[in-house]
Amino acid sequence: MKILVCISNVPDTTTKITFTPDNKSFNTSGVQFVINPYDEYALTRAIELKEAQGGSVTVINVGEADSDANIRKALAIGADDAIRVNARPADALFVARQIAHYAQEGAFDLILMGKESVDYNGYQVHGMVAELLGLPAIVPAIKLDVTGNTATLEREIEGGKEIIRVDLPLVASCQQPMAEPRIPNMRGIMTARTKPLKVVEPVDAQPGTIYERYSLPEKKSGVKLIDPANAGELIRLLRTEAKII
Amino acid sequence: MAVLILIECADGQIKKSSLEVASYGAQVAEALGISVAAVAIGDINPDSLSALGRQGIKVVYFNNESQVKDFVASAYVKVVAQAIQTSQAKVLILANSTIGAAIGSRLAVRLNASLATNVVSLPVISGETLTVRRGVFSGKAFADVKLTADFKIIAVKKNAFDIGEQEGSAAVEPLQVAFTEADLAGAPQETIRATGKILLTEADKVVSGGRGMRGPENWHLLEDLAEALRAATACSKPVSDMGWRPHHEHVGQTGITISPNLYIAAGISGAIQHLAGVNSSKVIVVINKDPEAPFFKAADYGIVGDVAEVLPKLTEAAKALNQ
Ligand SMILES: Cc1cc2nc3c(=O)[nH]c(=O)nc-3n(C[C@H](O)[C@H](O)[C@H](O)COP(=O)(O)OP(=O)(O)OC[C@H]3O[C@@H](n4cnc5c(N)ncnc54)[C@H](O)[C@@H]3O)c2cc1C
Ligand SMILES: Nc1ncnc2c1ncn2[C@@H]1O[C@H](COP(=O)(O)O)[C@@H](O)[C@H]1O
Repeated sequence: MKILVCISNVPDTTTKITFTPDNKSFNTSGVQFVINPYDEYALTRAIELKEAQGGSVTVINVGEADSDANIRKALAIGADDAIRVNARPADALFVARQIAHYAQEGAFDLILMGKESVDYNGYQVHGMVAELLGLPAIVPAIKLDVTGNTATLEREIEGGKEIIRVDLPLVASCQQPMAEPRIPNMRGIMTARTKPLKVVEPVDAQPGTIYERYSLPEKKSGVKLIDPANAGELIRLLRTEAKII
Repeated sequence: MAVLILIECADGQIKKSSLEVASYGAQVAEALGISVAAVAIGDINPDSLSALGRQGIKVVYFNNESQVKDFVASAYVKVVAQAIQTSQAKVLILANSTIGAAIGSRLAVRLNASLATNVVSLPVISGETLTVRRGVFSGKAFADVKLTADFKIIAVKKNAFDIGEQEGSAAVEPLQVAFTEADLAGAPQETIRATGKILLTEADKVVSGGRGMRGPENWHLLEDLAEALRAATACSKPVSDMGWRPHHEHVGQTGITISPNLYIAAGISGAIQHLAGVNSSKVIVVINKDPEAPFFKAADYGIVGDVAEVLPKLTEAAKALNQ
């Protein structure tokens, strides 16, 4: 089974977000980048499937050279090879067209992604890639098994789940508790250095949106503390002051 | 030309988020000086569709075929694409939900459209372009995004807009679509859903518990309060990791993002990854025995105390209020 895992390079989840003085771009200085947490579920599940059934795991990232450290990390965790499309990810449509191009070329059985990127929170790339390739997309999947040519997935829905059987190839986006993310061991880190990381130039694609400027949410004015001995007072305040119950 | 709205339903009822989308869409149509229509799919009472007139919708295209009881992206996309043609829509507006995003992303490719998800503002109109504000960096920031393509798709964040109420009733017109086998690939074999419970993603009040609840055996304290407030329940990540609560209740950066009017956090420390999923809630209440817990910095109201003592008092007060 050939599996493609799409990984996005995102600020560590503890990052305090700031922007350049003109508010036109995200200020990356001093920011630690990580593999998008949801993509780690996709990556680990892909490696588990490969270990159990054979095949290969390729990771793909659309990004600039600063993604390489996390691509190497994915190789250290257990992916076999990697493709980096050398471009700034302009928007979801641009990224999806790049991924679809290589997904088609590599004839993958499974294309796995994260539920969403924690920087742009688009929730878009999986649907777009699936549409470009004419494949079903199961979003968000919380469980994935493959027997022969058929995948059985659980999809998270509001207040429950669906069980879905669908033939390969397909696109799925991953969400906890799909797999327990792994950390690379020493041997993995050593072998990752010699695994192929192919850098390719982007195919021609127009973004559908333009990011003009960024802003931060308004700060809270401060907490109003209520005496625990008189906790019921809170309920009164929620009605009379906040007017929400 | 028209603005088209996608209506979602659960248990045969129109979702609250879709009523918000309908009101939002009616305002966009008015600002653009064009008409507004809606499309609805599945098992919905036609009377509730006519009632969309109260949100300013004039006509609802209704596809009610038995094959599409459950959500299947390709089949839904086919229906929405046909409704776009019938209504001659230039703008599609849907909820920022799993269904909304799945349909939006596929149609963005098919129609070469501009798509913005997680939108928190009405569009600023300038000639042929619309600019909207959307949430990015998991609730830590916003971005203003310009939609430049001919066709525009906007996925509106839940609980960010009021539901309008006016006089009026919408005409419901059947919309027939022929599905192929391929359209229905990915249809669920089985659906397991808790019925009668308030859906976390739709709820306007949420009571949530963290590791400070000390164990699943204490969750009734939280559930009692949730019931008295007619709220949904949620939890922090470690709570679902330990199996105290199901995973679909876990909110935060790697869980569900919610923005209810009221979020009550009991025994949750307020880690940045947790806040990412809840910090756009309108009012945040924090109950924690540690006055230094970081969550208090993000709170509107706080009680420094033990959940076991505080929660029953809140439940009692909420019950008294209901009487
Ligand atoms: C990549 C990544 C992603 C993550 N994603 C998420 C996410 O999506 N959602 C999420 O929630 N977390 C997430 N986390 C974990 C997050 O960092 C915190 O560890 C987690 O939110 C802590 O959960 P908690 O507040 O329930 O537990 P704790 O941090 O242990 O806090 C328990 C709190 O309860 C208080 N307490 C204890 N006893 C009582 C009592 N009797 N009465 C009142 N208060 C009491 C304590 O003072 C403490 O503040 C993520 C972490 C990483 C690294
Ligand atoms: N620049 C990128 N390179 C590779 N994969 C990406 C990129 N951006 C997003 N993805 C994948 O698409 C998923 C959904 O992203 P998004 O639509 O931005 O929420 C992510 O979880 C990744 O798996």
